[in-house]
Amino acid sequence: MGDHLSQQQGTLRLKRGLAEMLKGGVIMDVVTAEHAKVAEDAGACAVMALERVPADIRRDGGVARMSDPEMIEGIKAVVSIPVMAKARIGHFVEAQILQALGVDFVDESEVLSPADEAHHIDKFAFEVPFVCGATNLGEALRRIAEGAAMIRSKGEAGTGNIIEAVRHLRAITGDIRRLTQADNAELFDWAKRLQAPLPLVQEVAAAGALPVPLFCAGGIATPADAALAMQLGAQSVFVGSGIFKSDDPAPRAKAIVEATTHFRDADILAKVSRGLGAPMTGIGMDEMSQTFADRGW
Amino acid sequence: MKFGVLALQGAFGAHCSTLRELGVSARLVRTPSDLASVDAIVLPGGESTTMTKLLTSSGLFDPLAAAVDDGLPVFGTCAGLILLSSTVEPEGADVRCLGALDVTAVRNAYGRQIDSFEQPITLRDDDETFDAVFIRAPVIARVGPSVEVLATLDGRPVLVRRGPVMAATFHPELTADPRIHERFVRLATSTAPASRS
Repeated sequence: MGDHLSQQQGTLRLKRGLAEMLKGGVIMDVVTAEHAKVAEDAGACAVMALERVPADIRRDGGVARMSDPEMIEGIKAVVSIPVMAKARIGHFVEAQILQALGVDFVDESEVLSPADEAHHIDKFAFEVPFVCGATNLGEALRRIAEGAAMIRSKGEAGTGNIIEAVRHLRAITGDIRRLTQADNAELFDWAKRLQAPLPLVQEVAAAGALPVPLFCAGGIATPADAALAMQLGAQSVFVGSGIFKSDDPAPRAKAIVEATTHFRDADILAKVSRGLGAPMTGIGMDEMSQTFADRGW
Repeated sequence: MKFGVLALQGAFGAHCSTLRELGVSARLVRTPSDLASVDAIVLPGGESTTMTKLLTSSGLFDPLAAAVDDGLPVFGTCAGLILLSSTVEPEGADVRCLGALDVTAVRNAYGRQIDSFEQPITLRDDDETFDAVFIRAPVIARVGPSVEVLATLDGRPVLVRRGPVMAATFHPELTADPRIHERFVRLATSTAPASRS
């Protein structure tokens, strides 16, 4: 392709650029090719290919791992939108396999069982972009320092309960706002307290935003949940169990897509929220024996 | 003159920032009334299948097609170019085109994200280079006689124009270099019909 010497691939700009293209959209968890078509037809801007949605991982227990490549390829074959897949925290070989399969984004995800109790994947070693979960600003900046091209709230996947995602988004955006008010001396202290690299802390303080897109994940079950996340400062939403664990997935998926675009328009939100059937039942935080969000360091 | 950026899905924020850096007023367009208030519009990158659905559900498709027909200056990048084209391949893609440019666009023609690349291109009229960012980019496989080619890569058009309609297969909004947007602002300013508001 032309002047190969001047061509660059796998750059930070290309990785963050794809994240930029996914803004204002909905990324849907799918476990079969049929689900993937439903998601694309509803207007998903990407799909996350996995063997079990988080609600089922939570129910089944045991060790949750990267999906079978055959299943991921089956989904890649039927959709034209980007396909993401999950690797375990620290499991860089699963990530190598996903890159070799040609997935468009790797999610180093706390929904799967962690493979390393101290280290996340060195994401600069890859050409494929990574998204990582975070519960607060320090965690988000540590992941960005490791090369993540997109941050998402962790929320509490598989619960259909938005409270944890709200907590994480408010923690991240609230601390960003506080950082913008800090003077230079205070930023040194912020870096210590956040356990994050000082240059990144200074960059966020100057820009008033993360250097990569901030998306919401974990617990979105309704169009109103998606709009809530967007009004709280998320730039896109991931919906895991919320669509395919509901009574009627296709209309719900389409409604969440419209709610994510028109997240400030209450008239449109009212219109698209009508007659969607029952959402997933969901789980209260005090009914839960295991939380995913405390996985990751 | 008011510029709009279609903000249904995709990189609309980056386009707004670039336009504002040029000192141009830029607003997000999500509804027909938003559209009626702008004198030129950018169709950003993102997913063309997603934008097709949202253009229809938000009631924007027909007014946008009519406005572009009436000479509304428009700049499409990547997915925006696909929406502006007259034909899209591969066939069966769930994309509804505005048909403002007589070109055939092939979606994701370079491959997946792992095949995305950055490469300098040469702008034909002033022989200057521009660092172009191609992300899951389309290829323009055919250009009709009404369409002027402003830049190519490996012999294939990457920046084209017909009247007040300009489109790129790459993402000038992701580089700090505003020259392509500057061209669109000049084009829009010189060709816009009398203010529509």
